[in-house]
Amino acid sequence: MPDVEVGEARAGTSGISRRRFIGYLIAAPTLVAAADLRAAPPASASVPTVQPVDFYDLTDLLTDAANLTASLITVTINPDGTASFALPRAEVGQGITTAVAMVIADELELPLNRVNITLSDARPELEFNQLTGGSNSMHVLYDQVRVAAAIARGQLAQTAATQLETPLPKLALKNGVITAQDGTSLSYGSLANAAAASRTQAVLAQLKPTSQQTLVGTPQTRIDAVQIVTGTKQFAMDLDVPGALPTMVCRPQTINGTALAVLNETEVGAMDGVTDVAIIPHTQFVPGGVAVRATTFGQCIDAVRALQVQWAPGAAAGKSDAVVLQDLTGAELPMTPGLGQTLDQCFTFYFRPGDPLETNCAIADVRPGSAEIWSAMKSPIYFQETVAQILGLPVSSVTAHVTQGGGSFGRHLFADAAFEAAAISKAMGKPVKLMWHRTDNFRQGRVHPMCTSRVRITYLGSNVLAFDQRHTSVATDFTHGLGEILSATLGNLPEGDFLGYSQSVFTLTANVPYNFGPVTQLLNEVYHPPGSMFNTSSVRNIYSPEVTVAKELMVDQVAQAMGQDPYQFRRSFVRDSRMLAVLDAAAKAANWGKRMAPLTAQGIGIHHEYKGYAACVAEIDCTPQTVNRTVENGYTGPRVTKVTYAVDVGLPINPLGLEAQMIGGIMDGIGQALTYSLHLQNGYFLEGSWDNAYYTREWNCPPNNPPSDGIQVIIMPPNQSEPGGAGEFGVAASMAAVANAYTRATGTMPTSFPINHNQPLGFTPLPTVPPIPQSPTDGLQETF
Amino acid sequence: MPTHTFILNDNQVSVDCAGDLRLLWVLRDLLGVHGPKYGCGLDVCKACTCHINGKAFNPCSVPVSDIQPTDQITTIEGLPATVGQALHPVQQAWLKYDVAQCGYCQPGQIMAAVALVNEIKAEGRQISDADIDSLRNICRCGTYPRIREAIVEAATSM
Repeated sequence: MPDVEVGEARAGTSGISRRRFIGYLIAAPTLVAAADLRAAPPASASVPTVQPVDFYDLTDLLTDAANLTASLITVTINPDGTASFALPRAEVGQGITTAVAMVIADELELPLNRVNITLSDARPELEFNQLTGGSNSMHVLYDQVRVAAAIARGQLAQTAATQLETPLPKLALKNGVITAQDGTSLSYGSLANAAAASRTQAVLAQLKPTSQQTLVGTPQTRIDAVQIVTGTKQFAMDLDVPGALPTMVCRPQTINGTALAVLNETEVGAMDGVTDVAIIPHTQFVPGGVAVRATTFGQCIDAVRALQVQWAPGAAAGKSDAVVLQDLTGAELPMTPGLGQTLDQCFTFYFRPGDPLETNCAIADVRPGSAEIWSAMKSPIYFQETVAQILGLPVSSVTAHVTQGGGSFGRHLFADAAFEAAAISKAMGKPVKLMWHRTDNFRQGRVHPMCTSRVRITYLGSNVLAFDQRHTSVATDFTHGLGEILSATLGNLPEGDFLGYSQSVFTLTANVPYNFGPVTQLLNEVYHPPGSMFNTSSVRNIYSPEVTVAKELMVDQVAQAMGQDPYQFRRSFVRDSRMLAVLDAAAKAANWGKRMAPLTAQGIGIHHEYKGYAACVAEIDCTPQTVNRTVENGYTGPRVTKVTYAVDVGLPINPLGLEAQMIGGIMDGIGQALTYSLHLQNGYFLEGSWDNAYYTREWNCPPNNPPSDGIQVIIMPPNQSEPGGAGEFGVAASMAAVANAYTRATGTMPTSFPINHNQPLGFTPLPTVPPIPQSPTDGLQETF
Repeated sequence: MPTHTFILNDNQVSVDCAGDLRLLWVLRDLLGVHGPKYGCGLDVCKACTCHINGKAFNPCSVPVSDIQPTDQITTIEGLPATVGQALHPVQQAWLKYDVAQCGYCQPGQIMAAVALVNEIKAEGRQISDADIDSLRNICRCGTYPRIREAIVEAATSM
């Protein structure tokens, strides 16, 4: 194979650079094309070492790692005239299947509905190019799939030129048909076999200029929208795998406890519908407990509740919010000596759930010589290789299917349910359809780590001289999948250097988008190794919501100390023109500074990450009539009444999908600022249902019937040649804006989040024995 | 094992199972109807919302023995037939506003929205923000703002 040519940049008509890449035609019976981005234009400094995010950030690291195997990403043209692409990522609602289909259709000149996207099984040869995380998918896949599609288009055109005896420039490609000037035409389908390569060969990809793109940048509805609204979209628990019966697990009273003995196995084994009962020991990978398999999940619930189990407690036994806070405070790194006037404040952020609406679930069929697993996995290669080791099978004997996920929010970076289902299937010797109960999902599932963030701003007159932040967190687990990438990419990090992983990710994401003089932002962690005490994950998203909220609250404080308006202050100090543009756009659309009634206010927050810029203005109502309104079994409190969010992602692929991600992030930001958390007591979380853990509900959402316009998302026009990240990008700025609005409305700056966390508990905690509650029986009394 | 009979999406169905088995598991595990989703089994998240005789309810919290042979159970799969169209106006509004993200809660959201709009219409009122505030269905993707827009839109054509 020839050496790779470095992408060559030249000006396109729109002023956005148009680049050329090398790719491959793959020897196959039909036309298959691939990209090669191993030496794609460097996104950054030439050597990938850990630098402040201005030079190299987490997006660059994930992209560089993924591009090593870009040549294995293929687009196939089928004889029926469709194109297909097995996406090596998870779709969990973030809309990448739609965005990738748009990019392929655009580059191929095919109608969008003739591009079929499936989720690829684990492909170990892809190495680092099958991890879904860090809001990185579109950033890295945009070039990969465009190059592969462009090569396929070029080959189709070349083949058509031969068959139609017409020179290439005289052919027009549109809607999957190639037409010569005399009107004769050939469909892609009819060309697919003839265009197939008999040997794999390197080809120069001629990408469509941005100015000729017809789908990229236009609003498109989700490709699975009809399936969703008709109830036919299939999630893992909707799959019909022969013999895979419903299975649930009886779990311990403390986080990561382990089952020692079952006292009534025979009795439970004889219950209606129950086929198997098995102890599943707690391990590094398997949460475990006592598994039961039955004809229906209803019978599983009955059996789990009937089990009498002897448990060994987990390491978190006895821990509570107060104890963890004490441990965090003790681990805070010291500040450098400050000179001049300072504002210094520490903020506390409690644990919060990583629960999607679909609970942890997986189907597993483990046999003596093989294993097949279905689950919404974001790191399927890591899972496949690790589970093969655990089961004593060659990797090639394990098939890991990635199913459509019912949300993730960081939860599915880890294949907890898949590991557990495999262990249960092996123990029972039968296929299992494992589903977690919601109560377990809150109490034993992965959470966003509790943390503190201290900010000190040093200022003199109307100038900020220095900014220091000390972030102290319960260890965030980066070990599975991302850990491998960090070890492989950052040469100085040995495998298993947990604080090293965390510090790298922190350094690659934390930033201060202001000209504040010398900045230090440092991380320390407690409870290593991750998973030994608490089960954590990068729950939408990693450090940014907390780092940003602490920083933005203190920015408002220093502005106030200087007698400046929060918006005007930010205008003076932001250090990037793209940030200034989103700030101005949000402030203008929100009518910043308008007169507000007492106990209501606007607040502002900005954030830079994922190659993008965001600014948010939130309006909050903290009047007694709003705060004290009642909803049965629900939390009300202050209500955010309007949110204006301006976002610049460089190159928006699907503005409709991007807006959706921002709206979702804003709902998270509202919940995380005001209501959404877990209370730790005696080694377990008190919350066990959605009426305990107060994620944003309709009654917390800004109203939006005219004349009110609850949420306004402003998407900045394209100004880069590549898309930035979106999946988590709506959270940090909106959470900060809500926190600042609350401060301005009430005159009191909150120092712990969510703001209601230390109020009296608003619910009666569910019992821990049995670990899951029985379903109610009075459902017909509440029809409407 | 007792036999339980009811009308599911216009078809008479019978299942043999214990009377206290919740209807959600009868639908999903015994009858293979997967539109209604499990989200909590506690009548809280509302992901399994279906209709009984045209009213919204949550089958996770109803023993199958409470369902009468003449009861009409409608799941998302049977919703379009209730209006004799390929898609119910609420489903069409969901498409127009591209409401869904992961989609897991949306069958329940749609079934709840249909019942809510029907209830408000029967009262001869226009749907208000306060009416939509009464919906308890969780959407962890946070699609609430588009749900609100789609409901208002659908109400104009129902």
